Amino acid sequence: MPEMTKQRPKYLALHQIRLPLAGFVSILHRISGLGLFLMLPLLIWLLELSLGTTPEQKATFSNVTGSCIVQLILFGLCWAYLHHFCAGIRFLLLDVHVGIEKEQARKSAVGVLVISLGLTVLVAMKFLGVF
Amino acid sequence: MKARILVGAHYGLKDWLAQRITAVVMAVYTAILIVGMLRGAASSQDAWHAFMSNGFIRIASFLFIVSLCYHAWIGVRDIWMDYVKPTGIRLVLHVLTLLTLVGYAGWAIQIIWRL
Repeated sequence: MPEMTKQRPKYLALHQIRLPLAGFVSILHRISGLGLFLMLPLLIWLLELSLGTTPEQKATFSNVTGSCIVQLILFGLCWAYLHHFCAGIRFLLLDVHVGIEKEQARKSAVGVLVISLGLTVLVAMKFLGVF
Repeated sequence: MKARILVGAHYGLKDWLAQRITAVVMAVYTAILIVGMLRGAASSQDAWHAFMSNGFIRIASFLFIVSLCYHAWIGVRDIWMDYVKPTGIRLVLHVLTLLTLVGYAGWAIQIIWRL
């Protein structure tokens, strides 16, 4: 089978490939998933502290969640969760053939980016006591 | 004896389906949590503790944790399969991923069950 072994052209100049919006949502789905996985120990630890009953646990919880760096990480993780959630629902709908037309798929990709970012801003504002 | 077919479709179907089912479980749990929080479940530490200690929520949290770990296993494994080619390194990453996820599941379930 000479056809099978023929060298095929590869074009993987990543800086020159223009990713469509749906592709952008897709790679962010992967990145947000990996980020959440890597930060799982922090999240489980915070869950433990948030449900803690001893004064030490309560003090550690307020100290940790009061730190600016931790807050920044948590807002990032909040975005990662919301993006993964919204993009995941979009993928589930695509799986059952809802919104697979090009224009609809582009619109839902924009929707995922806007909704997840918007909700992250809302959560961050609530957390920081803006409202 | 029937010869095993080594190439073809359906080899990833079970994982594909499991990833989607666990996603739905987690989405439902997320919705429950959001409704709970809108009704004041996180308004104070006592309220949060009471909410998470509730029998129904405890079972839901258990299902969420198990789903999360299975879901993360499939997703992270796919990432290693896509980007890590040397078999040895890939095997090490697979094993580490599995072990950490099983450990996280035990840790998180223990937190919920102790309430």
